[in-house]
Amino acid sequence: MGARVITITSGKGGVGKTTATANLGIALARMNKRVVLIDADIGLRNLDVVMGLENRIVYDLVDVVEGRCHLRQAMIKHKQFQDLFLIPAAQTRDKTAVSPADMIQLTDKIRSEFDFIIIDSPAGIERGFRNAVAPADEVLIVTNPEVSAVRDADRIIGLLEANNKGPGKLILNRVKPDMVRKGDMLSAADVTDILAIKLIGVVPEDPTVIPASNSGVPVILNENSRAGLAFRNIARRLNGENVPFMQLTEETGFFQKLARKITGGSNGH
Amino acid sequence: MMQDQKVIIKGIRDGLLISLSPTEEWLAITAELALKIDQQSAFYAGAKVTVDVGGRPVPKHELGTLKALLERRGLTLWSVLSDSATTIDAAQSLDLKTSTANPIPGRESSEGSETNPEEAGTPGVLVKRTLRNGRVVRSDGHVIIYGDVNPGAEIIAGGDVIVWGRLRGTVHAGVDGDETAVVCALDMMPTQLRIAKHIVVSPPDKRRKPKPEVAYIYKDQIVVEAWKY
Repeated sequence: MGARVITITSGKGGVGKTTATANLGIALARMNKRVVLIDADIGLRNLDVVMGLENRIVYDLVDVVEGRCHLRQAMIKHKQFQDLFLIPAAQTRDKTAVSPADMIQLTDKIRSEFDFIIIDSPAGIERGFRNAVAPADEVLIVTNPEVSAVRDADRIIGLLEANNKGPGKLILNRVKPDMVRKGDMLSAADVTDILAIKLIGVVPEDPTVIPASNSGVPVILNENSRAGLAFRNIARRLNGENVPFMQLTEETGFFQKLARKITGGSNGH
Repeated sequence: MMQDQKVIIKGIRDGLLISLSPTEEWLAITAELALKIDQQSAFYAGAKVTVDVGGRPVPKHELGTLKALLERRGLTLWSVLSDSATTIDAAQSLDLKTSTANPIPGRESSEGSETNPEEAGTPGVLVKRTLRNGRVVRSDGHVIIYGDVNPGAEIIAGGDVIVWGRLRGTVHAGVDGDETAVVCALDMMPTQLRIAKHIVVSPPDKRRKPKPEVAYIYKDQIVVEAWKY
């Protein structure tokens, strides 16, 4: 059985694609899965930075595609996990250096040796997006609870459906439960109401995410981080486990409302 | 066919064709018919008569009276033309024909299509899924969406637009200037709604309850009202 190729995309930039890719990759590796991460954002690479592997890059994706090195030579092994690899993007080229067919060929070469191949898509809907999506068996769409991000996610889902890759599953990132409760932010229900696709995870806003990414040690390795827990849960769901959704206080079910009344509305986390 | 005249009598291959106004009062018509025949009784005597009553429903007793009226003047009623099922039934029960042997010029379509119960309808396209951001549906006819129309999606139709779902994108009905075009949706909240040359946007009403609505042009502007059923 070959690897599942999962592409992480969003349309809009800055919603957390790279963060999600890095964290899910590590989470799956911690579950003893063999994982390859591919940075498809040629010209604007940063998955290597977030993974803390920038200084180990010798060859990149474009070198592989253009035959300057063997695929294995471009796969950087993670410092901590033996079965986690990164294929970095080229920094000096642009997206036209790679074609969708190249991406399919490349993933087919390594499918048999791994459990998961996770592709970090660039923002936008042009060549880079098409490259990232071409080899995908499954697509995860990352969005934020903001109208503009949700619009872009909707566009992306439409494009995926048109290419028989859709509809994909949704990661709602950077949710602020307090703001949702006040009605100042879209809730998970508001977002899925518009997008009408399956939610695979809700990640709360967490101040530990950015310093973790900056230091090259993704937040998932911080056992106390709620965002890290949310990503771990998503990885388990990807692996077929049935993991209940975290209780963000945005939940407005009967028991949550009741609990809030009883505790006088101060049951924040 | 019958303009303003109550009674028109003319010769056809099968004899006489008497066309009776379908709107004037029946008694007035039959009185006028009797008068017209009496004025030239010798001329009309012995003729075979086909009566065309258009869409008027003529019950059996009235048709019987008409038949007797003609017979008293030496004319034979043998055929009745009508679009009304009542009249046709009445004619058949009096053993009268309901067509002529030869098509009558002016009474256009043959009997077959006159009584055809099928509506011709007008063409359109059906899209059986949600239209997401960036999707466009164009048609010279009507557009029917079975699903939502999300913000950023666009529908451009020569005719009407029907959304069985939530309408949140942009929609233009009657794009070639058809002011009778309508737009309806189960939840009408379009980014922009256009009918022919008119444009409106949805009011920013947060507490609205979704309900089926119809938009159309009334007194040169677009009005939206709840669907009455």
